[in-house]
Amino acid sequence: MNDDHDQPNPQGASAPRRRFLRTAGAASIGVAGFPFVHAQEKVTLRYLGTAVNQDKKIAEKFEADTGIKIQYIAVTTDDVTKRAVTAPNSFDLIDTEYFSLKKIIPTGNLLGIDTKRIKNADKITTLFTKGEVGGKKVGDQGTAPKKVMYLEKPDAKAFANAPTPYMTLIPTVYNADTLGIRPDLIKRPIESWTELLNPEFKGKAAILNIPSIGIMDAAMVVEATGLYKYPDKGNMTKKEIDLTIKALIDAKKAGQFRALWKDFNESVNLMASGEVVIQSMWSPAVTAVRTKGIACTFQPLKEGYRAWAAGFGVPKTLSGKKADAAYEFINWFLDGWAGAYLNRQGYYSAVLETAKAKMEPYEWAYWMEGKPATSDIKSPNGDLLAKVGAVRDGGSYEARMGGIACWNALMDENVYMVQKWNEFVAA
Amino acid sequence: MSSSRRSDLTAAPPDLGAAVLAVRQYGAAPHTDLGALAAPSHPAASLPGRVNRPKHVVAWLQAAPLTAVFVVFFLVPLVLIAMVSFWQATDYELIPAFTAQSYLDILAGCGAGEGSCVMLSTYLSTLKFSLLTWIFTTLIGFTVAYFLAFHVRSTLMQTVLFILCTVPFWTSNVIRMISWIPLLGRNGLVNDVLVSSGAIGQPIEWLLFSDFSVVLAFVHLYTMFMIVPIFNSMMRIDRALLEAARDNGASAWQTVVHVILPLCKTGLIIGSIFVIALVMGDFVTVGVMGGQQIASVGKVIQVQANVLQFPAAAANAMVLLAVVLLMIVALMRLVDLRKEL
Repeated sequence: MNDDHDQPNPQGASAPRRRFLRTAGAASIGVAGFPFVHAQEKVTLRYLGTAVNQDKKIAEKFEADTGIKIQYIAVTTDDVTKRAVTAPNSFDLIDTEYFSLKKIIPTGNLLGIDTKRIKNADKITTLFTKGEVGGKKVGDQGTAPKKVMYLEKPDAKAFANAPTPYMTLIPTVYNADTLGIRPDLIKRPIESWTELLNPEFKGKAAILNIPSIGIMDAAMVVEATGLYKYPDKGNMTKKEIDLTIKALIDAKKAGQFRALWKDFNESVNLMASGEVVIQSMWSPAVTAVRTKGIACTFQPLKEGYRAWAAGFGVPKTLSGKKADAAYEFINWFLDGWAGAYLNRQGYYSAVLETAKAKMEPYEWAYWMEGKPATSDIKSPNGDLLAKVGAVRDGGSYEARMGGIACWNALMDENVYMVQKWNEFVAA
Repeated sequence: MSSSRRSDLTAAPPDLGAAVLAVRQYGAAPHTDLGALAAPSHPAASLPGRVNRPKHVVAWLQAAPLTAVFVVFFLVPLVLIAMVSFWQATDYELIPAFTAQSYLDILAGCGAGEGSCVMLSTYLSTLKFSLLTWIFTTLIGFTVAYFLAFHVRSTLMQTVLFILCTVPFWTSNVIRMISWIPLLGRNGLVNDVLVSSGAIGQPIEWLLFSDFSVVLAFVHLYTMFMIVPIFNSMMRIDRALLEAARDNGASAWQTVVHVILPLCKTGLIIGSIFVIALVMGDFVTVGVMGGQQIASVGKVIQVQANVLQFPAAAANAMVLLAVVLLMIVALMRLVDLRKEL
């Protein structure tokens, strides 16, 4: 739609605007000392990711700040990976989960991001660079970001073992997931992952139907019941996969699951309608149920959380103005406004201190420090999320992220795992 | 009707069509008197030998655009899929090495005890849905078409009612499907009414996310594909035949069974092909109405393609295609569509 070529404008209507932009561009060069990308001609970045992360307000704010347009391409988690592998020319910026990198990096379709061009690169939280929260190591079973964070050189097809100047992805959002419950329908405390397969909730439980993530939830349950202790939940052997899937199939045959869900909105509907009272869930889905005025808790459990993280990557084919624009967007994203926006949704941002500067102190205290709210907490859209005195599920950043037990994972036996997962779906 | 269809295919002016036909019939013997067969208004056609070849070329050229479209958008992709189904793949690349593993995997686990023969049972369950949907859409489709064709007398009323049938198609497939959910859910309208009227004590669970809801949605979505061709066939039936049946003392039921049903065979077969092909390939309806926990072949193919296991997905696609083709061939044996249309 919006191409970069300077074509004659048949209507002539926007010609004065164009001239103005050029003048403005020249002025900004004069003032700032270096040329801004947007000052020359409008650039559009095609941003490939899942709908959950693609907020309209973020794109609007970025365009207002820089003049660069963001065109969202919203697909499912699996499809993001598929497009990165099969159609690397179909986007200018990718927002993907870290576990997908094991499929994408070997294709050479992504180019390592030069951290020298990322202003806040050294301020990215230690969770990504070292696998630590507040100086303490967290669980790294599964595809922990630190394992796939660095490349030896930009076009490397394998991961580096130690930090290098080239990052695979610049983290955008991450969180620690757990079970979502309807406290008003369950009416008793829930403390362990075992409750997902507790026959008490027969026909009222759900699990998500994305094999890489669902299997991790199932593993958390299996371990919590004491059935088996995995050496590494994130990289199971065939035998361990058999055992985990068998536990799921047995539960399914006994009628435990009301449904499986694949899409964020499905999980919201299942919970809000009361079809399901306990299920694997994502944080913004819990928020979405709550904004409907329905009680829903993102219940912290004693065995810990299953964490996930997503980040921005750039395709190998990106060059020139578009590459500059992509870097500008990433820099802008880490600069605070977007981080604050995400923190207010219950996610966490990659650079905490810039986000803190853009949040009210009471917001920061509620979302990040786990303190009771001193005034009403609202979502970025203005919906009421928590009243005065409420405390965030799971407490402070350190308490939540420090409680990570494992990460979403791509296993070595992935083909076999998916095959077994299909068996579970068909059972 | 068959000859008119043939000349339609070559889509030629009448004289040329005749010549083409002549070439077809006498193609083996180019020295037969072509001039007599070709239209006299075309002098060149009366020169045997010289015309034969260019005519041939023109006919091929006329068929070329459609052929090209078919080759590029149908044959080539199909061949590619067939090819990939014999390849190997890792998480991130396709390896062009010949192996039948993807096909063997479909049969994996069969004979190893109950519940392990996953793909085969998935095919069976998909066939089951096709069969159930076919039975219900045929019954409903035939009834509705019968009513429209024989009970509604005025053409205006027929048109109005027929358009009324198509109204649901003005909204999207997905919306029509999803709108069942609030109706059938545990706290949905149906359960609410039944519970509050005291008919049942507990909400009925199998209304949603079950085989029942899947078949219900299929029937709702696809009955129209039955109604249209059956109605079309019925409208072509010579009313004099019905009068003759009545005059000979046939009851209404006998007329339906012995006169109308055989004469609607074409419509029934065309509708059946639509419904069966649609249900066999479906993955959305089964997903949404089955709560993602009922398997179908389409769904499996989708999952495999999503996790980049293209050879496995391609192999399943080939098998599914073969199954559907077999069913269509079987249906075509029941009626000679070319002759009937």
